[in-house]
Amino acid sequence: MNGESLSLLPALPELILAIGAMALLMLGVFQGDKSYKQVANLSILLLLVCAVVMINQVGGEREVIFGDMFVTDAFAVFAKTLVYIGSAVAILIAGKFLAEHNIAKFEYPILVLFATLGMLIMISANNLMSLYVGLELQSLSLYVLAAMNRDRLRSTEAGLKYFVLGALSSGMLLYGISLIYGFSGTTDFDVLATSLQGENGAPIGVVVGLVFLLSGLAFKISAVPFHMWTPDVYEGSPTPVTAFFAAAPKVAAMALLVRALINGFPGLVVEWQQVIVFVSIASMLVGSFVALVQTNIKRLMAYSSIGHIGYALVGLAAGTQDGVQALLVYLAIYLTMTLGAFAAILSMRRSDGMVEDIEDLAGLSTTNLPMAVAISIFMFSLAGIPLLAGFFGKWFVFLAAVEAGLIPLAVIGFLASVVACYYYLRIVKVMFFDESAGAFEGGHGQAVSAVIGVAAAVNSPVSFLLIWPLVGAAAWAAGSLLF
Amino acid sequence: MSFLQNNLLSLMMIMPILGAAILLIIRHSDPDIEKRNIRQVSLLITLITFVMSLVLWFGFDNSTAEFQFVEQHAWIGDDISYYIGVDGISMLFVVLTAFLMPIVVLASWDSIQDRVREYMIAFLLLETLMIGVFTALDIFLFYIFFEGGLIPMYLLIGIWGGVNRIYASFKFFLYTLLGSVLMLVAVMYMYLEAGTTEIPLLMNHSFDVDVQKWLWLAFFASFAVKMPMWPVHTWLPDAHVQAPTGGSVILAGILLKMGGYGFLRFSLPMLPEATIEFSWLVFTLSIIAIIVTSLIALVQEDIKKLIAYSSVAHMGFVTIGVFLLNVNGIEGAIFTMLSHGVVSGALFLCVGVIYDRLHTREISRYGGLAVNMKIYATIFVLFSMASIGLPGTSGFVGEFLVLNGSFAYNSWIAFLATTGVVLGAAYMLYLVRRLIFGELDKDDVKAMPDLSLREKLIFAPLIAVVLWMGIYPNSFLDPMHASVNALLETHFLTDTSHAAADQIGTPAGR
Repeated sequence: MNGESLSLLPALPELILAIGAMALLMLGVFQGDKSYKQVANLSILLLLVCAVVMINQVGGEREVIFGDMFVTDAFAVFAKTLVYIGSAVAILIAGKFLAEHNIAKFEYPILVLFATLGMLIMISANNLMSLYVGLELQSLSLYVLAAMNRDRLRSTEAGLKYFVLGALSSGMLLYGISLIYGFSGTTDFDVLATSLQGENGAPIGVVVGLVFLLSGLAFKISAVPFHMWTPDVYEGSPTPVTAFFAAAPKVAAMALLVRALINGFPGLVVEWQQVIVFVSIASMLVGSFVALVQTNIKRLMAYSSIGHIGYALVGLAAGTQDGVQALLVYLAIYLTMTLGAFAAILSMRRSDGMVEDIEDLAGLSTTNLPMAVAISIFMFSLAGIPLLAGFFGKWFVFLAAVEAGLIPLAVIGFLASVVACYYYLRIVKVMFFDESAGAFEGGHGQAVSAVIGVAAAVNSPVSFLLIWPLVGAAAWAAGSLLF
Repeated sequence: MSFLQNNLLSLMMIMPILGAAILLIIRHSDPDIEKRNIRQVSLLITLITFVMSLVLWFGFDNSTAEFQFVEQHAWIGDDISYYIGVDGISMLFVVLTAFLMPIVVLASWDSIQDRVREYMIAFLLLETLMIGVFTALDIFLFYIFFEGGLIPMYLLIGIWGGVNRIYASFKFFLYTLLGSVLMLVAVMYMYLEAGTTEIPLLMNHSFDVDVQKWLWLAFFASFAVKMPMWPVHTWLPDAHVQAPTGGSVILAGILLKMGGYGFLRFSLPMLPEATIEFSWLVFTLSIIAIIVTSLIALVQEDIKKLIAYSSVAHMGFVTIGVFLLNVNGIEGAIFTMLSHGVVSGALFLCVGVIYDRLHTREISRYGGLAVNMKIYATIFVLFSMASIGLPGTSGFVGEFLVLNGSFAYNSWIAFLATTGVVLGAAYMLYLVRRLIFGELDKDDVKAMPDLSLREKLIFAPLIAVVLWMGIYPNSFLDPMHASVNALLETHFLTDTSHAAADQIGTPAGR
């Protein structure tokens, strides 16, 4: 099996990305920080090239290389496409912000590229070892990104917090992996899947290891009860970095979790399903209730993303192909909502710099109606109100849950979404019903405006036309996992 | 013509969207001219939609219970489709929606001066969604329209509402959403169980009796809030009082009808056993609603609040009628909904007229309007009488049919419901006495001018319809017969041939 798969083609995009990122690093080093613009543009181009190569050359055929460590299939193509989009947009919207805060260093796009590379490996990981390698490459890049604004206390605090807690979770993850390896004798997903099936079930050590593994991964997707870092890191990091955190790494970690559980531990569905159901419910509830009292919009978005991870996990909790398909649809829609919302936050500028309080949005509808409408679209979409894309995401995940017989989970999820709806509505209220607190300065750059515009259009009722192709792609992707 | 025939409902939904798009590009250097143009375009668009609804009515075949003007296009996968059409139950609601919209635009002509463009766009989009609710034949599509309407209404209350508008808008939104998400779970279950989202197919699918109860309760949670039924009606007085006049008219005229329509479209045909099982619950709540809210209405100091509570009481009649499961009950319920849509809409417009002049809704600030606003007083008394259910007005026919049906079912229900008629007369007459009659002793009230030409134009069609519905109700009852009979015969095995011919003739032949 190993002998014939020496082809590097399935990993071609990753190889291009790795070599390209290092080349750009050299370029940056030799030219200094004035090369930021050049490096950033080339990075976006590089991501685009990798995405095209992936779609054209690799395709959705399942192929395993590097001694079964690395797998590409339709699922990987779908998730990686989302990651490419998330990363490219994060670089695209950052320019103006970084320049104004004097942190427009060429390291930013380079770190995003390396984080992206880590994510791609995570998505393609077919072995607990490659899983860990990808995860660490991604995490280390993210720690540095969080602390990028190193002269600002909040940013360094965010980086340090993220690093310490992240290291803890990596420790748990490794401990879990070692238990699984010790009791089953393998780290390969395919071998794990076959060896753990059978009459006797799995040894208790594997189950304990699996729980540790899940804990470590729950940290990465910021699911309750491992979510504590999220609000602080979101608030402290520079806003473009937060936008990046909220989008691409969530998609990658979620895809990783799905592949690990569905491909690696199909025999232990009963065991991990309980954990996922609990984590999902807890995330939905915490994401809904704690966000009610937030006044900083980035913290609010942090809790909102915790809640949304809970909704996406509902699809995984179903444990079916429909569930995974729903999860992928949800992630795609979540990505557009989140990127749009953060791009909108980047436009909240006054003469004395960026503002981040919800109250600063007051009366936006009178000073900048298109922006207010766009933000309202994001908020209603995040709240999952019909007419907007967010509703389709909720519909499919909860449909999968109901199909799997998890009706209480669906009811709790919907009730949590009503609670969450309150704080999304509050933002709309502040923008439309309150007296103006003064106009924003504008000048956030065309890239940010374009991202807001496209994201708002995609989330608006235009999504009625887009939803079926998206569902089709997700079905194609989910079908490639071994059910 | 055949293109129009085949796509009439879609065109009716596209028209307001098109209008909203036109409003977006209307620009003029003079803001007053710009506002005028926006209003005129809105009026034109709503009138065109209304004319199309008349085409719908005239093209409607009364003799069949089948869905008509059906359009179906594939949408999401094999199951969920864009599938619309009307039958005798839904057709008149579409007409009602299209009828009230131009009136709402006219009513907002002078009273809305801020953000006219956004206001009209919100109303036009709301019209599309409301037509969608009544025509959707796919349960997923229905849910999208049903819930999507919350967004424009939330903005209407919140932006153009009264002092306490924020509280009211949040309460309106979250209350109705809470009820609806439970329905959504039931919708999902039904979709998975029956393997289809098409309403006509779901109607023929017989669900397990135990499951039906849960599904019924989930639907009930949504429709009861929307209706609204006691004790989940408390959002309505707040929303009504705070909403701008146009918003109140739409809220009372059409949005409240979605609950009753939902019962008829979903609960009855899809979950017949559970419907029979739980009808006692509906009767109990309805009778409490009729009596309690009528008593509450008696002590209100705020005109809009009083009318809002009267709406809850009237909706009590509707729910009783729906769950009587006989022809008179259901047709009475539909007729009451249509009549209430026109009458309560008209009453809110009446309130809007004097609110525009004095900027208060407190009853005690007025008095003796019959002296200086003679035309207004006449119109107000007429609509009050229609609300009370005076024979010759639309209110009578619906209440009579419902009470007639309830006597056939259980005389106690009829007896208790009739107390609502008495109490209804009490609070409306008390309101009329305080508002219209009495001494004209307040200087600012004396200075109020009578109706302007625009206001007369608004009320003229409403008066005509109220009298038409009261004097010759068969125009409105005829389209219903086939569908209502089919509903009862198919799902409740009721023999309607005799009852329909006999009892329907009674009010009509009067």
